[in-house]
Amino acid sequence: MKFSRIIGKSMEGLVKACGYMSAFTVLLIVLFLFREGISFFTLTPIEEGYSLWVNQNNPVQQLSAAEVKDIFDQKITHWSAVGGQDLPIGRLTLDELAEAYTEEQLGVSFEHIPDCINHYIDSLPGTLAFFSDQWVGTGLQGARRLDMANITPAVFFSDTEWFPTSLPAARMGVLPLLLGTLLVSFFSILFAVPLGLAAAIYLAEIADDRVRRILKPMIELLAGIPSVVYGFFGLVVIVPLVQETFNLPVGETALAGSIVLGIMALPTIITVSEDALRTTPRYMKEASMALGASHWQTIKNVIVPYAASGITAAAILGIGRALGETMAVLMVTGNSAIMPTSLLQPVRTIPATIAAELGEAPFGGLHFKALFALGCILFLMTLAINLIVERVIERPEKA
Amino acid sequence: MSGIKAVVLDFSFQTHPLKIHILKNNWIKITVLCLMAMACNNQSTQDKSGSHTNATTISVKGSDTELPLSQREAEEYMNATPGAAVSIVGGGSGTGITALLDGTTDICMSSRDLKTGEKLRFREKKIDVKAVIIGYDALSVIVNPKNQVRQLTREQLEKIFTGEITNWKEVGGKDAKIVAYSRESSSGTYEFFKEHVLDKKNYSPTVLNMPATGAIVQSVSQTEGAIGYVGLAYATSSVKSLNISYDQGKTYVEPTIEGAKDKTYPIARPLFYFYDAKSEVKVKAFIDYILSDAGQKIVAEIGFVPIK
Repeated sequence: MKFSRIIGKSMEGLVKACGYMSAFTVLLIVLFLFREGISFFTLTPIEEGYSLWVNQNNPVQQLSAAEVKDIFDQKITHWSAVGGQDLPIGRLTLDELAEAYTEEQLGVSFEHIPDCINHYIDSLPGTLAFFSDQWVGTGLQGARRLDMANITPAVFFSDTEWFPTSLPAARMGVLPLLLGTLLVSFFSILFAVPLGLAAAIYLAEIADDRVRRILKPMIELLAGIPSVVYGFFGLVVIVPLVQETFNLPVGETALAGSIVLGIMALPTIITVSEDALRTTPRYMKEASMALGASHWQTIKNVIVPYAASGITAAAILGIGRALGETMAVLMVTGNSAIMPTSLLQPVRTIPATIAAELGEAPFGGLHFKALFALGCILFLMTLAINLIVERVIERPEKA
Repeated sequence: MSGIKAVVLDFSFQTHPLKIHILKNNWIKITVLCLMAMACNNQSTQDKSGSHTNATTISVKGSDTELPLSQREAEEYMNATPGAAVSIVGGGSGTGITALLDGTTDICMSSRDLKTGEKLRFREKKIDVKAVIIGYDALSVIVNPKNQVRQLTREQLEKIFTGEITNWKEVGGKDAKIVAYSRESSSGTYEFFKEHVLDKKNYSPTVLNMPATGAIVQSVSQTEGAIGYVGLAYATSSVKSLNISYDQGKTYVEPTIEGAKDKTYPIARPLFYFYDAKSEVKVKAFIDYILSDAGQKIVAEIGFVPIK
């Protein structure tokens, strides 16, 4: 008897420890996510340890990330386009320097590199130089460091271009990704809710037990299929279908993503709303029947309204599934980071961006932190959805 | 009402025996788990000590492009030489070069040459880097088989992928929109194409990014206005490879293994193995195997271009 009490006590302790530990883990992950994500806004669009330099007589004081990118893409070729003199812009990086000077001039252990940079900028006053602080950290005589403004949340949320690996300055505009995510998720739910609700009504009210026993496990199996398989199915079946139906130049579109995600959200929606439909008390149904309502009228006027909060919860949970889904979307939406203007156009979503880019982003760098900031946005979105679900489910108890 | 009562009764009957059952069961489970954990612990310490004694394990790290090739080579090499051990890890060329700098890998696979900055860092650390070319990788520019366009110049490719040319009629095709496919920015192929074809300019944001080479082939084969780039070996009969000119359209070269070998085909890159000269004794046998006839046969089988 005593022994069993000791076991009981220690088991209780163990269970308690596990509970605290998992809560602590969640907290730790969220803290880590936000620490990395928020520190992103203390950075400039240029990777730490690098800087841009111009001739000291150049009147231009500051360039935006967009201007720097256009200069290095050779879309801006004159300083006059960014408020400077009428001089052509020359770009200088370590590669160009190595071509312009001999190894002898650069020095045996490259100790003359700062001098060479100085010489180059001096002789070509239109030069925009991009170097590691290793070479220019102590400053250059004839040149001036060009300031870059920090990435502000305002720029982060309003810039419409996403070029995180563009050198020397990255463009981090999350707007196209955010809109892409919302567009795909919203329309996937638009497909999935009517279909899922119909299936749930059939399973809960109309199907006989035998059919139900076959259908239910099959629908639940749908949730068990790995998302890569959905993605592949989408790429091979749904993408060509969308392309042919709408006679588009390209089939990898937001629509294809919405359809695949809609199919993936179906099991959640069906299971949750079926459970909600089944909670309708028997006396309510019987009362409706007794008043002369047909089976369909009972479903329409009694059962579905009674289960409305559960059905709403199902839809919102489905959106949550769609928001966070990565692999399937990565394969069927084309992943072009452009501002979405229609459903029949490629989009890039936030989860797909994180999955595709985190592998090569240098640990702790600008790109890395930008992806964490994206993770924060995604976290806040799903958190909001979960809170809404809680509110929706709570409501009938109060009523 | 009576139905509900019955249910409640049912439950009250079952709770007691059930609880005991669960408790007993859990106790057994926990014991088993503890034992398993202990067993695992033992095993992992054994593993560690095993790898310590076996000092001849060659670690290879870097480019994902070379990953499948290195894996096959390592398998065949280990089959042919008893007692040899090679471990291969991917992660990208940059990752491999950093690992070689830190001394955490013996060989670094890289699908590009060292950048000036990287050479300097090796020199600072006084590491004498040796480079071996184990094969070549050529990129085919592919279009849908229904496309009439058969050849493009580098300049035209640059304009297509940076978004300046958007219609096939501008390069001698039908009046149809161009749909350009690229790999994701984490891919070495993405960087290679950007540097050697796009003149280091950024891709247009309208370019579609695919997570895998297979996905590009699949998409190009089912999209009429599509254009994409893939490794030579991936260009199947479901897509059409274009002839490329790097001299403003004077000569167009067909992407073939021969062309990549004698360097007449321009969009080709060497596949490097970098290693520290100090560890040459350790890695030489493996590298020699890759450069041997048997090793080069595997290079061709995987779809790369052998060096001989």
